[in-house]
Amino acid sequence: MQENRNGMAQAYWRANLKAITILLIIWALVSYGGAIILAVPLYNLRVGQIPMSFWFAQQGSMFTFVILIFVYSWWMNRIDRQFDVHEE
Amino acid sequence: MSTETWTLIIVGITFAFYLYVGYMNRVRETAGFYVAGRGVPAIANGAATAADWMSGASFVSMAGLISFLGYDGAVYLMGWTGGYVLLALLLAPYLRKYGKYTVPDFIGDRYYSNTARSVAAIATIFISLTYVAGQMRAVGIVFSRFLQVNIVMGVIIGMAIVAFFAVLGGMKGITWTQVAQYSVLIAAYLITTVAIAMKLTNNPVPQLAFTFSDIAVRLNQIQIDLGLKEYIRPFQNFSGLNVFFITLALMLGTAGLPHVIIRFYTVPKVSDARISAGWALLFIAILYTSAPALAVFAKYNLINTLHGKSIQEVQAIDWAVKWEQTGLLKFEDKNGDGKLEMAADKEANEITIDRDIIVLSTPEVAKLAPWVVGLVAAGGLAAALSTAAGLLLAMSSAVSHDVYYRILKPGATEAERMRVGRTMIFLAILVAGYFGVRPPGFVGEVVAFAFGLAAASLFPAILLGIFDKRMNREGAITGILVGLIFTMLMIILIRSQKLLGTPEPLLESFLGINAQGVGVVGAILNFIVAYVVSRATPPPPERIQNLVEEIRVPRGALSPVAEH
Repeated sequence: MQENRNGMAQAYWRANLKAITILLIIWALVSYGGAIILAVPLYNLRVGQIPMSFWFAQQGSMFTFVILIFVYSWWMNRIDRQFDVHEE
Repeated sequence: MSTETWTLIIVGITFAFYLYVGYMNRVRETAGFYVAGRGVPAIANGAATAADWMSGASFVSMAGLISFLGYDGAVYLMGWTGGYVLLALLLAPYLRKYGKYTVPDFIGDRYYSNTARSVAAIATIFISLTYVAGQMRAVGIVFSRFLQVNIVMGVIIGMAIVAFFAVLGGMKGITWTQVAQYSVLIAAYLITTVAIAMKLTNNPVPQLAFTFSDIAVRLNQIQIDLGLKEYIRPFQNFSGLNVFFITLALMLGTAGLPHVIIRFYTVPKVSDARISAGWALLFIAILYTSAPALAVFAKYNLINTLHGKSIQEVQAIDWAVKWEQTGLLKFEDKNGDGKLEMAADKEANEITIDRDIIVLSTPEVAKLAPWVVGLVAAGGLAAALSTAAGLLLAMSSAVSHDVYYRILKPGATEAERMRVGRTMIFLAILVAGYFGVRPPGFVGEVVAFAFGLAAASLFPAILLGIFDKRMNREGAITGILVGLIFTMLMIILIRSQKLLGTPEPLLESFLGINAQGVGVVGAILNFIVAYVVSRATPPPPERIQNLVEEIRVPRGALSPVAEH
C-alpha cells in the first residue's frame, strides 16, 4: 500500500513536470525565440501592418503568457483529479 | 471647472474610498495581518497583485520609456510579465501549500537554518526598501504637479493614507484597498489610451489599433527622417545579448520579489494560487499591452503637433505652454529661424520631450475633458500607494515575523506579535517617507539592484527548495551568498560613476552584459554553486525531505515534524 502510494506520488510529480516543461518551452519560444533570437529574420514578416518580431516583442508574447497560466491552471486541476490529490 | 478643481475632487473621492475600504477591513489577529486570513478570492487576489505590482513608475514612466527605446523597450514589457509565468508554474502553488507567512519563513524552514532565514530576511528588507523609496517620491511628484502642493507635503499626505490602512488592516486592509486602486488606475490608463487610439486610427481597441494601423510604421519613418534611431527595428538601443539578459533578469527578479510572492499566501487553496496568478497577469497585461500603443500614438502625435511649427503657433497651444513651465517640455529656437525643429544632434535639436510626460500629457494633448486629467492623477497615485503598501508589509513582516518572532523571541504571544507587526509597518512608513523627501542620488540605480538581487538570491533558493529534494542547508546558503555578492559587486563596478562617484565606470560590462542583466549570471552561479556544494555535503534530514514531498501535492496537511 505504502509502495503503491509512493509510486502514485512519483507518477503525479512526473505528470506535473511534463506540463511545466511543455508550457515553459512555449514561454521561451514566443519571447526569447520570436522577439529576440529570431528578431532579425521575423522582421521581414508582418502581423497586420507591423513586423512580426516587433509584434511578438510588444504584444504577442504577453498575450501568450496570460494564456499559458490559464492553461496551466486548467491542466494541473485535471492532473490533480486524475491522481486523486485534488483539494476538497 | 478647471483641471485643478477636478483633480482635487477626484483624488479626494478616491482617497476617501480607500480609507473606507481600509477601515472596513481592519484586523485583530496575526493571520489576518500577514496573509489576510487566507480568505481572499482568487480573482480579487489577482487584481490586488496587479495593483501591488504596477508601481507609480510603471504607470507614469513605462510608456514614455518604451517610446524612447522603441523595439528594445520590450525588455520591460516581456520581462515584467513573463516573470509571472515562472511564478505561477514554479513557485506560487507550492508556497501556498507550504502555507506560512513570508518568504524567509520558507527558506528558513526548508533549509533548517536560522542563518538562511536571516539572509532571506535581509534580502527581503533591502529589496523592498530600495523599491519603496521611489514610490513615495512618485506620490510627492504627482501631488506637486497636479495640485501645486509642495513635494514634502505630498509625501506626508501619501504616508498618512498608507499608514492608515496598512497599520490598521495589515494584509487584509491592503488587499481590498489594492483591489479598489487597481480599478482606478486601469480606468485612467484605458480612457487615455482608447481616446488617443480613436483620435489617430478610429479604432477604439489600443492593441488592435497598434497592430493594424500604420502609425508605428509612420513613426518609424519620421524617426528615420529626423536622423533618430529606427523605432520598430530590433537592437537599436541595446545589443541582442543585452536584450536577452535584461529580459531574463527582470523575469527571474519578478518571480523572486518578496512582496509579490507573499500575495499567493492569501488565497484559500493551492488551485486558487494557480488561477490567481493567471488573473494577476491578465489584469497586468491589460495595461502592459496598452502601453506600447500609447507610446507610439503619443509620440507620433507630439512630434506631429510640434515639429516644424513656428514659435507663435506652439505658444498658442495651452498644454504646450503648461508643460513647458514644468521643465518637462523644452523649446529653444537654436538656429533663430522662428521654427521649432527636432533633430538627432543634441546641438541642433530644438524640442526636448521628457519621457515622463508621454502618459501625463496625453489627456490634454488628445483634448480630453478636464476630469480625465484628474483621473490620470488619481491613477498615478493609486499605482504608487498600492505598491508602497505591499512593499511596506513585506518589509515589516520580515522584521516582525521572521527576525522578532522566529529568531529572537519564539514564545511571543499573539498580542505581542501584532503590536510588533504594527510598530514595524509604521516605522517602515517613516523610513520610506524620509527617502521620498530626501531621495538618495542613486534612486534610478536601485531598481537594477532590486531585480538583480531578487533574481540572484531568492528565486534560485526557493526554486531549488521545491524541485531539488536533495538540496541542503550548505548548498543553499553558499549559493545565495555567491549570487548576492557577485551581483552586487558587478552592479557597483558597472555603475560606479553614480554609486561611487568615479569619473569612469570601473567595469564597462561583464562579458558584454550590462548592470540590468547581470543578475542572470548571479542566478546561474547560485544554481551551480548550490548544486556542487549540496552534493559534497550530507543530504537534508528526513523530515525536510518529507516536507518537500508534501508541498508537491495539493491535498493533505503538512505533517507535524514539518511544522516544527
